[in-house]
Amino acid sequence: MTKSSFTNVQSEYLAVIDHAKCIRCKRCIQNCGWGTYSFGGDKIIADHSKCVACGRCYTYCPEGAISILKNPTVMRENGNWQDYHIKNIWRQSESGGIAISGMGTPLKYKKYFDHILLDACQVTNPPIDPLREPMELKTFLGKKPSKIELDFNEDGQPVLKNKMPPQIELATPFMFAPMSYGSISLNAQKAMALAARALGIVMNIGEGGLHDELVPFGKNIIVQVASGRFGVNRDYLNSGAAVEIKIGQGAKPGIGGHLPGEKIGADISRTRMIPAGTDAISPAPHHDIYSIEDLRQLIYAIKEAINYEKPVSVKVAAVHNIAAIVSGVVRAGADIVYIDGFSGGTGAAPTIVRDNVGIPIEIALAQVDQRLREEGIRNEASLIAAGSIRSSADAVKAIALGADAVAIGTAALITMGCHVCGKCHTGNCSWGITTQRPELTRRLDPEEYGEKLYNLINAWSHEMKEVLGAMGVNSIESLRGSKERLRGIELTDSELKALGIKHAGM
Amino acid sequence: MNMDGDAKRGVMTAGGTIVIDAKEMHYKELNKIIRESILSGAKNVLLENVNGQYYIGDGIKGDDITITVNGVPGNDLGVFMDGPSIIVNNNVQDNIGNTMNAGKITVNGDAGDVIGYGMRGGRIYIRGNAGYRIGIHMKGYNEQIPVIIIGGKVGSFFGEYMAGGVMVLLGLDNSEESVGEYFGVGMHGGAIYLKQKIDFSKYSKEVEFLEANDVDMSFLKKYLLEYAKDFNLSSEELIRGPFYKIVPSSARPYAHLYTSAAF
Repeated sequence: MTKSSFTNVQSEYLAVIDHAKCIRCKRCIQNCGWGTYSFGGDKIIADHSKCVACGRCYTYCPEGAISILKNPTVMRENGNWQDYHIKNIWRQSESGGIAISGMGTPLKYKKYFDHILLDACQVTNPPIDPLREPMELKTFLGKKPSKIELDFNEDGQPVLKNKMPPQIELATPFMFAPMSYGSISLNAQKAMALAARALGIVMNIGEGGLHDELVPFGKNIIVQVASGRFGVNRDYLNSGAAVEIKIGQGAKPGIGGHLPGEKIGADISRTRMIPAGTDAISPAPHHDIYSIEDLRQLIYAIKEAINYEKPVSVKVAAVHNIAAIVSGVVRAGADIVYIDGFSGGTGAAPTIVRDNVGIPIEIALAQVDQRLREEGIRNEASLIAAGSIRSSADAVKAIALGADAVAIGTAALITMGCHVCGKCHTGNCSWGITTQRPELTRRLDPEEYGEKLYNLINAWSHEMKEVLGAMGVNSIESLRGSKERLRGIELTDSELKALGIKHAGM
Repeated sequence: MNMDGDAKRGVMTAGGTIVIDAKEMHYKELNKIIRESILSGAKNVLLENVNGQYYIGDGIKGDDITITVNGVPGNDLGVFMDGPSIIVNNNVQDNIGNTMNAGKITVNGDAGDVIGYGMRGGRIYIRGNAGYRIGIHMKGYNEQIPVIIIGGKVGSFFGEYMAGGVMVLLGLDNSEESVGEYFGVGMHGGAIYLKQKIDFSKYSKEVEFLEANDVDMSFLKKYLLEYAKDFNLSSEELIRGPFYKIVPSSARPYAHLYTSAAF
């Protein structure tokens, strides 16, 4: 089909310049990755159709002369035929392509974290003041022995007889979610690596290989093995704190990764160990894994290669039958299971999948924790919860629903300037995060944003201690899976049952 | 030489070769002994009575190390291997050479499914037939060119998602067509050579079918001669053309599939 020169899709936003305030410094032209601004001889001109409201221009306008407005020329309101339905029809009728989006779903599905309230102590069971009493957030991820065996030394002190399986030690139960070099810039990865090291936590490099400059951060890195095996060899497997097999992702369960050839420049080619310019295709099925037994085979192939010295994690998306799936994954030998919920982020996913496939992390976690406990194998693996953890409150609730730790992806990107415009797949990110254009990536200073990430996790850890104190527990471990400390509001009986919690007042 | 000064079960040395009797040994124990032998400087390891043990040669490194296997090794032989050679005097099972980086696996028999998955370097030579999904996700990077040569025929999905490297299908002793269904589907790099002319119209539309030229033949010759030598075959017959070549039509088979969503 020939391309029509006329498009129905009008500008989403208007980049409005107050020419009385504008000093023609042209910083907006330089900062915008989308080419919205140009200089018209005597003033800045904006091409509204290119604006995605990423917020970069007004953040860096020294005169506050820019406003980004939602285009007031509204589509006729219709509760059924919403803007995005109509615009996607127009776009797809022009290109004939599968609609692709970045980030987690922007659709307003029910967010269960917002319908769960935490307990606190009053009078008879006093709270703990975290400002003057010790409060433990340290978390170990990995298989735990099913029982503790003790010996006693000559002083009569107990000595642990069990040989502990390998663990990842986290100073606080947060980690940065897997994001590959290619989907994000190296500077964005470095910011997370610096923060992870300073915080005593880990980041995850996703399936894009390990860049040379990240090798020194190995103790704070989880390396990933996905179906495309990008950058994977024996040295790679041995260079991190743990190895993760990626089966699925919350934003696109059942869908693989696909970094287009145009984004595979020399440096990414070297890191992924593939030729420049070829598509990096990582299909959803690992074509060597068609059963739990096959998964076990890969888990133990990795364990053999790393001499059983590090835990092996398996990342799966939260789907309808997640409890049975995780039970199988744990029995296959995973030491850690990373569960990524519906509304989790992505660099690119078919919109239909991102917006319609999977189940919320809250329900998935509750179901998985319950199932593993019933089967007596909850100690066999640690659980990581992810899928838009937006605050420390979400993190605390996730842990009370059964997680050992949470992973943050989008929240980390927001720390680096991301305004959640959802255009990660285009490679134009003005903040230098989801782009490989050197003029854009060099503006992301790893030190500066590493410090902001450090601040964020520190702040959330302090908040976590506050609520733990209020609940009268002095360690995050004591809260894990304590669903009795949660109450639901505005939830149906079925929802409460799925979450394994009572309604407020009960 | 005895390991650590005290004899381990089934381990002895003979003329500089460490001989391990793998009879009824769990793979974990067997592979631990192999790793320790290599760490202690062994260059030749002979495994006797192998019977399905997984992961033999998993993640081992060193260009001058040779492991000889008597018996049928289990899945994932040579997985993540980086340099050594493994010679199997029998059939092998599935997933051999999985994500292999360098080295060589020689099989004097048939192979199972998924051989050389994501392989980035080294060679796998199979004398007989092989199963489904051979050479899928094969890579090739810089000077590393992984090469797989299959003597007989293969099952479906040969070269699926192949992104680099070279596969040669000789189809020896086969009068019927030596490939299954979905041949080269999703292939976006590398090359497949066939000794047998096949009706290509029913296979992947993402690849092209050509006759191999002199440049191809001079590249292949080196590997075919080694293959002939390893399996005691007539080299003259083996390198006699014509060979047929299959290459992807595009390095980006799915480039035009997508459009940016409204949000």
